[in-house]
Amino acid sequence: MIEFPMVSFENVTKRYGALTVLDNLNLTIARGEKVAIIGPSGSGKTTVLRMLMTLETIDGGVIRVEGEPLTHMERNGQLVPADQAHTRKVRAKIGMVFQSFNLFPHMTALQNCMEAPVKVLGLSRDEAEARSTELLEMVGMSNRRDYYPSQLSGGQQQRVAIARALAMRPKVMLFDEVTSALDPELVGEVLQVIRKLGAEHDLTMLMVTHQMGFAKEFADRVCFFHSGQICEEGEPTAFFQNPQNERSRQFLRAVLEAG
Amino acid sequence: MGIRGLAGVLFLTVAVIWYLSGLEGYKIFVPGLAQGAAMTLQITAAAAVLAVIAAITAALSKLYGPAPLRWLAITYIEVFRGTSALVQLFWLYFVLPVFGITMEAYEAAVLGIGLNIGAYGAEVVRGAIISVPRGQWEATIALNMTRAQALRRIILPQAFAAMIPPWGNLFIELLKTTALVSMITLGDLAFRAQQMNQTTMKTVQIFTLVLLIYLAMSLAITIGMRVLEHRAARGILRARAA
Repeated sequence: MIEFPMVSFENVTKRYGALTVLDNLNLTIARGEKVAIIGPSGSGKTTVLRMLMTLETIDGGVIRVEGEPLTHMERNGQLVPADQAHTRKVRAKIGMVFQSFNLFPHMTALQNCMEAPVKVLGLSRDEAEARSTELLEMVGMSNRRDYYPSQLSGGQQQRVAIARALAMRPKVMLFDEVTSALDPELVGEVLQVIRKLGAEHDLTMLMVTHQMGFAKEFADRVCFFHSGQICEEGEPTAFFQNPQNERSRQFLRAVLEAG
Repeated sequence: MGIRGLAGVLFLTVAVIWYLSGLEGYKIFVPGLAQGAAMTLQITAAAAVLAVIAAITAALSKLYGPAPLRWLAITYIEVFRGTSALVQLFWLYFVLPVFGITMEAYEAAVLGIGLNIGAYGAEVVRGAIISVPRGQWEATIALNMTRAQALRRIILPQAFAAMIPPWGNLFIELLKTTALVSMITLGDLAFRAQQMNQTTMKTVQIFTLVLLIYLAMSLAITIGMRVLEHRAARGILRARAA
């Protein structure tokens, strides 16, 4: 049992109409833990990240960030749905990188990174620029800071997107299939940045990924999702070498066969 | 046609107007038509500004406003799109005074035409906002921006590029709609033409000039919008193409 979890999902349920995407999910993530979420498509794994980023509402249960409810707030000892101010306060601890980058096309790499620190955090332009430049340096994009997204490759765009998310100083970073939209030869440069990030920072990281090799090497824990539930979870080496669940075995066999 | 081509056609049109204006049978109509053209331009410009403001306000209200505001916007859009501009002008100028609200003919013209085109424009603005990919909104949420910040800084600038070509159409439509203001006693281009036609019966000369003047004005609008489109496309459309 994790004593002071960074993130916890408590009996969280998500439905789309009659379809139950997540069924009473319980998941607790420690501060600084790197968790890889894997599973077949439609298993609800991306939904986990999207709910935590408040891009999806939840239909049951509670999500907590550092013990504080995200989708709810406490009023007179009871949990009521969160208002906008409360949601924004808790959401500030979370950052996200998307499969399709979602950079702002009318802004340069630097402007993309500076926008929210200036407008949301109220940093001065100088402070925001210093912070952004440093982060672009870290992701190896400082020489492209004045380029528009259209002038960058997919891998470069994704690295800028990582810098942009980090500029808000989140405590939890969510990576949603961040290499899935990339040409194979560009996957490495993005994974390299994430690897570096994991080594240098005490960030809590959740990633939905299809890169099994990376999950095995990088994650502290692997969660295998199937039909809206965690089918199996555990330490990566053990999980990949000796999966206990029949569904995990099937999935891993299929993934390994595909190469 | 490119901007240069359009500019060429505009130059040619103006040259023909210039040439005709010097001819004996045409000369006498020039001062009257020039006055009319000035009035037409003035109404067009003022109504265009009003139309853009009305369109953006109505579109944002319809998309994001609280229920009463949303219904107000929908009512405005449907009423002004669903009835003829001529009837709207008559209402503003001849019917409202019955209820004690009076205004100058010029004010009624700008208000009527501006609101009429603004109602069409509202749907253009709304469509352009909706066409911005959902991922852009999601990025603003992930960066903890407020909805107002997201709209102002991220969504509207991108929607702007998408709405310029349809606005070009609307401005030309607006220019032509101003011909209706002659019905509420204003001396615009169409009004002057009819007036002189009734007294001189020189139909060919008068309406040839009038046609060319309208054409020159709409070409100028088209060129202006193309230049704007070109500028806005930098960084956004070029971005998508690459």
